[in-house]
Amino acid sequence: MKLFHALILFLAVCGLARAESTPREVIAKAAAAEDASERMTLIQSLLGRGDADVPVLMDAWRRDQIFLYADAAGTVVPVTLTGEADENDAQSAVRVDNAQPLTGADGKPVRVVADDWDTAEHDARLRRAMKAVVDLIDVGSPDLATRIKAINTVGYSQDAEKLPALIARAEIETDPKAQVALREGIALTRLKSSDRAERLAALGELRELHTLSSTDFLRNALRDAEQAGDKEVAAAAAKAMSAVESHRKTVNFFGTIFRGVSLGSILLVVALGLAITFGLMGVINMAHGEMIAVGAYATYIVQNLFTTGLAISPFGMSIKLPGMGAEGWLRESYFLFALPISFLAAAFVGILLERGIVRFLYRRPLESLLATWGVSLILQQLFRLIFGANNVQVGSPSYLSGNWTINDIIFGWNRVFVIGFAGLIVFGTWLVLTRTPLGLLMRAVMQNRQMAACMGVRTQRVNMMTFAFGSGLAGLAGAFLSQIGNVGPSLGQNYIVDCFMTVVVGGVGNIAGTVFSALGIGLVDQSIQQILLNPVIGKILVLLAIILFLQWRPAGLFATRSRSLD
Amino acid sequence: MTFSDSAVIAGIDFRSRHTWGFIAGAFFLIILFPALNAAGMVSNFTINLWGKYLCYALLALAVDILWGRTGLLSLGQALFFTLGGYMMGMYLMRMIGDLGQYKQPIPDFLVFLGWSKLPWFWEPFDSFQFAFFMILLVPGIVAFVFGYLAFRSRIKGVYFSILTQALTYGAALLFFRNDLLMGGNNGFTDFKFVLGHDVRDAATMRGLFVVTAITLAAVYLLFAWLKGTKFGLVQQAIRDGENRALFSGYATAHYKLFIFVLSAIVASIGGALYTPQVGIINPSEMTPEKSLEAVVWVAVGGRGTLLGPIIGAIAVNALKSWATRAAPDLWLIMMGGMFILVVLFLPGGIVSIPGKIRDGVAILRRPKTPAEAVVA
Repeated sequence: MKLFHALILFLAVCGLARAESTPREVIAKAAAAEDASERMTLIQSLLGRGDADVPVLMDAWRRDQIFLYADAAGTVVPVTLTGEADENDAQSAVRVDNAQPLTGADGKPVRVVADDWDTAEHDARLRRAMKAVVDLIDVGSPDLATRIKAINTVGYSQDAEKLPALIARAEIETDPKAQVALREGIALTRLKSSDRAERLAALGELRELHTLSSTDFLRNALRDAEQAGDKEVAAAAAKAMSAVESHRKTVNFFGTIFRGVSLGSILLVVALGLAITFGLMGVINMAHGEMIAVGAYATYIVQNLFTTGLAISPFGMSIKLPGMGAEGWLRESYFLFALPISFLAAAFVGILLERGIVRFLYRRPLESLLATWGVSLILQQLFRLIFGANNVQVGSPSYLSGNWTINDIIFGWNRVFVIGFAGLIVFGTWLVLTRTPLGLLMRAVMQNRQMAACMGVRTQRVNMMTFAFGSGLAGLAGAFLSQIGNVGPSLGQNYIVDCFMTVVVGGVGNIAGTVFSALGIGLVDQSIQQILLNPVIGKILVLLAIILFLQWRPAGLFATRSRSLD
Repeated sequence: MTFSDSAVIAGIDFRSRHTWGFIAGAFFLIILFPALNAAGMVSNFTINLWGKYLCYALLALAVDILWGRTGLLSLGQALFFTLGGYMMGMYLMRMIGDLGQYKQPIPDFLVFLGWSKLPWFWEPFDSFQFAFFMILLVPGIVAFVFGYLAFRSRIKGVYFSILTQALTYGAALLFFRNDLLMGGNNGFTDFKFVLGHDVRDAATMRGLFVVTAITLAAVYLLFAWLKGTKFGLVQQAIRDGENRALFSGYATAHYKLFIFVLSAIVASIGGALYTPQVGIINPSEMTPEKSLEAVVWVAVGGRGTLLGPIIGAIAVNALKSWATRAAPDLWLIMMGGMFILVVLFLPGGIVSIPGKIRDGVAILRRPKTPAEAVVA
């Protein structure tokens, strides 16, 4: 064992000493070396030092394709041969140490004949060492993600033979995340060590690191220690386990809150338009979901206009819209253009709906439910006829894929986007309602229609504008949903129940209530999911909870106080 | 015309065209139609199709007594319809015995899920009597609990609609799950026997049709009778002004609860008759959209009229059968458009058309007033 440690130390020193020489140079030196043990040492010094050339060169060596060219002065230069052989069987040669063409004293390229030169020697031990280096090549990869992944793979294999590589890497690693991964990998590997003190130290280290990935290994270690009757090790393992578990609880707790807020934000975005059409105006707009779909399809069209164009064939007609073929940042930014267009498209459909149908039904809410449901059927079928029954592809920009991981809590960018978007849209709605003349009129009409009419407000027009605004918000929600999910004819149907629930729980007629209820429902839903690990049952329980909640507060979270009796 | 007239004998007014219409309709459906089928003049396909329509008519009556007569628009009636269908389906699944794909004594989907013996709640469904009670009981209890909670906290109008929609949606999600052990996505199908008769046999079909028609007639009579009672009047009062009824001292919540449970049971019976005739029951029947479809039938036929919902259910479904073959792409647009038109322009539904025509004719026939004559 001591010998082994000494070897490791030696190797580590070698690694340091050769830090300035590139892997290519090391291989060249090793190939030229006379002594087998020196070759071995040099090759092993490459453990954990990644370079794309290394596997290629080692493969060449293994297949006897590194030749030892001796120049006029007798210096041995390892080379590889490339290119076609000419009539003399000569090929151009590339130096192993710097990848440059082999040149003679006059600076001209030298062509060599393979049979004239010895190949670099290798034996079984050396080949094994080379394989270890190649296996561990990614541990030294310059790319951080590849490196960490490789370190984890090696660490989880708990292979003592690979330990030197990890230790060697740990000496020179500078990135803190990779350092943690290395410490974890080394400790995990040492868990398998035959030395009890080393196992204890490893357990202590793992307890300190409390990485989520170490759970299974710790559990195994605990089981082994218990079977062996080693109380001290078992206690250390149990401590490490509990450290990991408490960390896991923290991560899950904050992860749940984050996911809950992001789900709540989705609900908020889709329900905000309904909070206006249903909440403020009292119109049971069952076509709200289809307004969302209008926005989503508008986004789809804009996207295709930015790229390859769009061919649609509604009712046997064939319409071809040319695309701009935009690339790069312009293509990525299509969403910014899609936002206002989806708002306007849905608002326009909303105006048609209000003028054509809804305005006759202001006094008959149940009938407005039925008529708008009819509209919703028609719109769904129109989507199918125009865009096909299948989902259409709306690519989400590259900046939405990726995440930040802070202390093992994953903050997906799409979820962050969801939350940010919801914040913006709520702020915008608040601005419109409280800071614009239109908002003032809307609130006046919704509070007391007759009085507003007496003051000279054209209530019909305000109704139309309010409905258009609510529908436009639904359109924005559609643009937004297109970024995080599928766009299809039944997109709206998936959200309509949730939308109504959110508005009803929040208290009809109260936008702030909708905000709170959306976030509340999102949090409750995610918490139940976290506990039950079953989304569907979770959803059913949420629906039940809402029904029971309305027992307690029939008018929702924020009831509009009124003395009137329907 | 109505059953509250003074010339009513034993609750039946033989001078009313309604009464004779009912007798003619019942005779046609219960006796003539099956007889023509037995004689080979009406195809088995037609009688089966009409059997389905009559089940839908039961559902429509259930919607009508709630929406048309009490003003409660429930989007949960499809749930009760399907629950009844499922209870019947469980019995029918047991009757398959070991003739299923896997030749096991338990339903195929249970074998597929890895069960070797019957779950406890499946056991009693070997008995038709038990299944029959469950058809009445299960939807009744669901409706009672939900209705109690909803009416107690005075949830009404559109809020009631939205909550029943949520209830149906939640139940559909539940039934789509395999681990409920109710067949998951596929539901129940491949039925073989009902009460010892082969379900695919023409005579069984005819029998089921007759049973459905008799049930429909009985429910019709029950609802017609209820309309004339004091209960029916309170019900109407709730529809037209719930607060006034409440302040007059009527416990409206109890009335509504009773109607809600009754309606659920009627819908459930419809569903129970539907399953053996259609040969399949699955959770897609349970969605809020299906409830809304039933509301369309009532609205198109004429809400609150008893006859209207039956006509509406048959007419709309006949149209659907035709349209989904002739123009499948356009059916939803037609249904949606029909809905909008009826709501906007024909709130009384189909049954109000003759009255409108009569009024129109009366206006045309009216002698011109001197003023109009001058203008002309």
